[in-house]
Amino acid sequence: MKPAPFEYHAPDSLEQALELMSQHAGEAKILAGGQSLVPAMNFRAAQPAVLIDLNRAAELSYIREDVNVIRIGAMARERHLEFDSTIAKRIPLLHEATPFIAHPQIRNRGTIGGSLVNADPAAELPVLTTALSARLKARNQSGERWIDAQDFFVGMFTTALNADEILVEIELPFMPARTGWSFMEVAPRAGDYAMMGVAALVTLDESGKCKGARIVYLNAGEGPVDAKETAKLLEGENINDKLIDDAANMASEKEINPFGNMHASVEFQRHLAKVLTQKTLRVAIQRAGEMQ
Amino acid sequence: MTQSNSITLTVNEQEYTRSVEPRMLLSDFLRHELGLTGTHVGCEHGVCGACTILFDGESARSCLMFAVQANGHNITTVEGLAPLTSTPLPVGEGQGVREGLHPLQQSFWEAHGLQCGYCTPGILMSMLPFLKENPDPTEDEIRHALSGNLCRCTGYQHIVDAVKLAAEKMK
Repeated sequence: MKPAPFEYHAPDSLEQALELMSQHAGEAKILAGGQSLVPAMNFRAAQPAVLIDLNRAAELSYIREDVNVIRIGAMARERHLEFDSTIAKRIPLLHEATPFIAHPQIRNRGTIGGSLVNADPAAELPVLTTALSARLKARNQSGERWIDAQDFFVGMFTTALNADEILVEIELPFMPARTGWSFMEVAPRAGDYAMMGVAALVTLDESGKCKGARIVYLNAGEGPVDAKETAKLLEGENINDKLIDDAANMASEKEINPFGNMHASVEFQRHLAKVLTQKTLRVAIQRAGEMQ
Repeated sequence: MTQSNSITLTVNEQEYTRSVEPRMLLSDFLRHELGLTGTHVGCEHGVCGACTILFDGESARSCLMFAVQANGHNITTVEGLAPLTSTPLPVGEGQGVREGLHPLQQSFWEAHGLQCGYCTPGILMSMLPFLKENPDPTEDEIRHALSGNLCRCTGYQHIVDAVKLAAEKMK
């Protein structure tokens, strides 16, 4: 298995990369961590004519705290997210979920931007950025624009980026006060693509009622599946076991649309979604309650 | 038109300069250009872990990188584990003489942590940074750390034993 020939560029600044992107719009691919693109090229499923390697653009690799948000450069490695103390403190959902992304050897190279732009419905980071209401900054030679994560993933392996745009930054708001979190997935082997996964956030008000919830699924449709109706069911309520069961049933039967694969039938995926919804909601509610 | 890029990189402390086509995988470069066939190639899509090397000290799949990306970087392969007996390294491009085994290799020998040995170089290169970060790992942590390396012979039990032994030896 060998990749098809391509023209290779390794710009050492974002400006140069944007210029190359504009010159080769439509025929160029960005090489970030390469942990999904290179396998696809080895299979010749992907045969980009031009490869623009961002690994030498050091300015895109950062994690920094700003006012009520954390800003992450698109080339920050998944391993850096995993061990970042600010993320652990301010966005514990992301901290909890990062070790589920593939294996350490993959996280050493894989980048947040690369995973988001790849838009694999079975990947963790698209689900997490959706659940966390991230904003994504795209740039081309003429300017920049911000895209909400929920509008970024437009289909299977498809994003809202234009052919001359590069994803440069991910802005993640701190998790709000009294917000509990949980991420769980079931995979045949640790690090494999999960058959089903759920990120849950629950915010309680001072009386312990649910102020807001977000429940987002991976491998449950063409992109991250945001179970909005299920979240509405919880809002304004004192969440008890019956309501958790109702929510799990609604999400797993009505809101997700899994396709099934060689490891899991559609029925099994729905079953996993139901059980994981119950479990993640319980953990998230408990954690939110502990912060009262 | 075939593009050719000149690269200079360090492999096991020795510097090499070569001309490569951008599509050449780092795994193929190590094996075919440098003759360092200790890095094994299994699946070539990042699943099996046989080609794991250290890239600037961190474990990575050499089949998921292009050799041209290693320009200016520091690579360690399984050939670089055993202690060097000749310093400085030979002028030119030799790998130098190494004798004996690294404690991690010694542990795999003693605990029978391999059968056919195909997966072993990748496992060693994954366990080296793991044991540096976790000098006293639990069995669960070891199994988790091994999840990115496939072995089809051993059932992993003796590999886990070997890593435990290596943790002892490397303390």
